[in-house]
Amino acid sequence: MMDSERAIKWFLRGYVVCLFVFVFLPIIASMVFSFNSQRFPTVPLGTFTWHWYETIWQDPDVWDAIKTSIIVSSCTSVLATFIGFCTAYTDYRYSFRFKGAFLALALLPPTIPLIIMALAMLAWFARIGASGEIWSVIIAHTVLTAPFAMAVIRLRLNQIDPNLESAAWNLGASEWTAMREIILPFAKPAIVSALCLTAAVSFDEFAVAWFVSGLNKTVPVIILEIVTGNIDPQVNAIGTFVFITSMTLVIIAQILIMTREKKDAPA
Amino acid sequence: MTIDPKRRFDPYALTWRMPIIVWQVLFFIGPLVFMIAMTFFLVKNYRMHEAFEMKNWIKMLGRGFFWDSYFLTLGLATLSTLCATIIAFPAAYALSFKVSANIRRWAIFFLIIPFFTSYLVRTFSWYVILAESGPINAMLAYIGLGPYTMLNTKFGTMVGYMTLTLPLVVILQTVSLASIDRSLIEAAHNLGCGRVRTVFTVIVPLAKTGLIIAAVFCFILSFGDFVAPYYLGGSKPPTLPIMIIDTTKSGQQWPRAAVVAVMMMVTLFTVAFAAIMVAYRKKT
Repeated sequence: MMDSERAIKWFLRGYVVCLFVFVFLPIIASMVFSFNSQRFPTVPLGTFTWHWYETIWQDPDVWDAIKTSIIVSSCTSVLATFIGFCTAYTDYRYSFRFKGAFLALALLPPTIPLIIMALAMLAWFARIGASGEIWSVIIAHTVLTAPFAMAVIRLRLNQIDPNLESAAWNLGASEWTAMREIILPFAKPAIVSALCLTAAVSFDEFAVAWFVSGLNKTVPVIILEIVTGNIDPQVNAIGTFVFITSMTLVIIAQILIMTREKKDAPA
Repeated sequence: MTIDPKRRFDPYALTWRMPIIVWQVLFFIGPLVFMIAMTFFLVKNYRMHEAFEMKNWIKMLGRGFFWDSYFLTLGLATLSTLCATIIAFPAAYALSFKVSANIRRWAIFFLIIPFFTSYLVRTFSWYVILAESGPINAMLAYIGLGPYTMLNTKFGTMVGYMTLTLPLVVILQTVSLASIDRSLIEAAHNLGCGRVRTVFTVIVPLAKTGLIIAAVFCFILSFGDFVAPYYLGGSKPPTLPIMIIDTTKSGQQWPRAAVVAVMMMVTLFTVAFAAIMVAYRKKT
């Protein structure tokens, strides 16, 4: 009886490891291929090379795309985090009529397939005369990422003692002062976390960016265009850069939330 | 709270409430409503004219190839949902009941990372790995098997869908399984209920809502994804998202692409609504 218990336990652990291998294999493989001399990678691997990095280093299109991506994702993260904070605070503090509809409006965008949003945004921006601009991508990405910022900050506000804010009011602080002195400092790690997370999502997003960016291509759009052409190991080199950037951002975002959770736990 | 609810104009409250409303109405509701309106527009000489005609609807829905794509996409997304739910469940079960809370937290930590990490590059990586002359077939050749054609097949498409959806499905399933009251499971064991029977008669019903929500997200993601069926599945025949891209990018037929998009949204809302009804249905 005990033996079968242990066997099942180890089988299940092995299963989980296999699943993680499946999930991370493409990421690791892409990094390995980016240093591999073969045009069509296979085993045994070819020799080590910096060649693919050198070719993208010399490609002005890639540099333009990196510049565009950095502008888009930093502007998006600031806008989305601001809007997300406002929404999270409203949900935390107020109850009002149509709050359900308000929250639905705030949280719905990630449930609409990106390709549909891409088409809708493309047509809408063309209609209002804003197509193909760099800020049309920023506007679109803000819609897509604000819900993530809202969720992260809302979770943090859950942990605040609701009496803190009203205590400040009773001591004569205005609502604005209480916001600046109590809510904002408390929410700060979540705000930084939301900035990282929204930047990562924006940095990776390709469908909407592809449709609305026009000539201001972001990095994923460049990747999409290269991939559509042929197998080209340059993609692995750019991809490794994208992986490292977005993984760093997501890891920072997660650690910020996790460490604060532990600190705040009652001793 | 000290705020008078009857106060009509509260600038402080409105400061926090208005940004999302204004932004979403202008750039989320606006585009979607315009896209629905666009399905009635006409295209003449590569230019779109505002009109109210049923032509696009008749043209798209009246053709066999639209319905071929529609049912193909529906079938693939359903298959993907089934695969993801079944593949994820043992892992979620293990992470919920067979490891410590600390390991569970780290597992979720590491599953969140790929969910936000370039799906496009990960798919391209599979394209190389699964290729006829790629590493997997090369390794199989050592033991005298293959080569197998894995690209441009349903199998390839599924690998892509799983890359997209598995991390999220495992996370959602784990969260819902881990929140089950352990004493109920122990009670089942004490009453002589076998392991497998406990899973299906106690654990699955208790975690039903979470499992269904995970499946719905999986369906939405797979149904709307164009990368897996295009690069790994060969796109013959195209799925609906690929059809949207082809119709939009070549030929300026935005209104017809909008018809496809609206059909997709109607389908997704129907599926999501039905699933949520089942998920929250009270046991009689």
